[in-house]
Amino acid sequence: MRVTLFGTRGSLAAPGAETTRYGGNTSTVEVCANDGSLLILDAGTGIRRLAKQIPPTTARIDILLTHLHMDHIQGLGFFRPLYDPDVDVHIWGPASSMLGLEARLSRYLSPPLFPVHLRDLPKVVCHEVPRPPFNIGPFRIQTALVCHPGPTVGYRIEADGGSVAYLPDHEPALALPNGRWPAPDWVSGYDLACNADLLVHDAQFTEGEYASCVGWGHSTYQHAFEFAAQVGAKRLITFHHDPSHDDDMLDRLLEDSIRRFKMSCLAAAGREGAVFSV
Amino acid sequence: MFLVGPNGDLLFYNEPAETILGRRFDETGAMSAKEWSAAFTPEDSDGNAIPPEDVPLMITITRKRPAYNRFFIRGLDGVRRHVEVASIPIAGLDGDFLGGAALFWEVSG
Repeated sequence: MRVTLFGTRGSLAAPGAETTRYGGNTSTVEVCANDGSLLILDAGTGIRRLAKQIPPTTARIDILLTHLHMDHIQGLGFFRPLYDPDVDVHIWGPASSMLGLEARLSRYLSPPLFPVHLRDLPKVVCHEVPRPPFNIGPFRIQTALVCHPGPTVGYRIEADGGSVAYLPDHEPALALPNGRWPAPDWVSGYDLACNADLLVHDAQFTEGEYASCVGWGHSTYQHAFEFAAQVGAKRLITFHHDPSHDDDMLDRLLEDSIRRFKMSCLAAAGREGAVFSV
Repeated sequence: MFLVGPNGDLLFYNEPAETILGRRFDETGAMSAKEWSAAFTPEDSDGNAIPPEDVPLMITITRKRPAYNRFFIRGLDGVRRHVEVASIPIAGLDGDFLGGAALFWEVSG
């Protein structure tokens, strides 16, 4: 399995000279199995570039949305295969307690926010998650609701003997009793990330920033590192970088965190264009 | 569902609750216990006001125990609705009292 990061930024695209190394596009990740089967995790602004690299013979594409905040769906309307009648596009994502996924997505893919209606796209099928584990081609997918405002799903993907956990917007440390991590059953996202070969995890805030953003659904570097240790992940990729954090700051945050938290696994800051073999 | 903190202040209510309460949570935002217990004007079948301390969720908050009742409320859209309410206390891992949740639905007929 090959995992490629096409967008690592959180909240808002942040293009500019100060973000050229880690990138300015919002959450988009490509997961490609050894047989060429393709999954796309989230449809942030990075999905536009991703579309250019999809082989023209591809007949089916599955997009797994974690949630419907704008930075995770903004690229959807600019994903060319959506308009191709020869491509089946399956979109997976959470319903709310009152609206199905299709109705929720239609709020964005309709005027006045977007000129094209979701219903007018040729071959798009929506599926709601979370649900019991299921297969898409060679991929085994596990889903669960995770700690983030509004219905939000995390994913675990297994294929070709490897596993990836994708938790781009996640605040597992919210209300930790006395700052201690509780038993695994009580930790949001634990089952998804347990012993994952690759953990892609929210690390939006510095500790100083987090103090005024508790409950916004995001983690600090410390939270991400502690969560990775709790679940026994083999490699951590910090993700959903705050749009105000430039490349130099991301370098510093990672270096400081590696020094402070003495990780037993590999850790790197998510960089647009980075490729991982799992 | 209607969720309050340990002092009874409103933290959140979800989309189905918005239908019954007559306004989206995003529009009301957080409210103190005093505010929300009066805002939805709970009353009995004869139209007599039910004091805040007798509303199930307030019983749960003050006595830290489940409570139940059936009564009328007037939503923020001005519509009077007959509702059934069950409320439960919420405790943390260490047994700390963290607040309460009210599950409620409109009574038909």
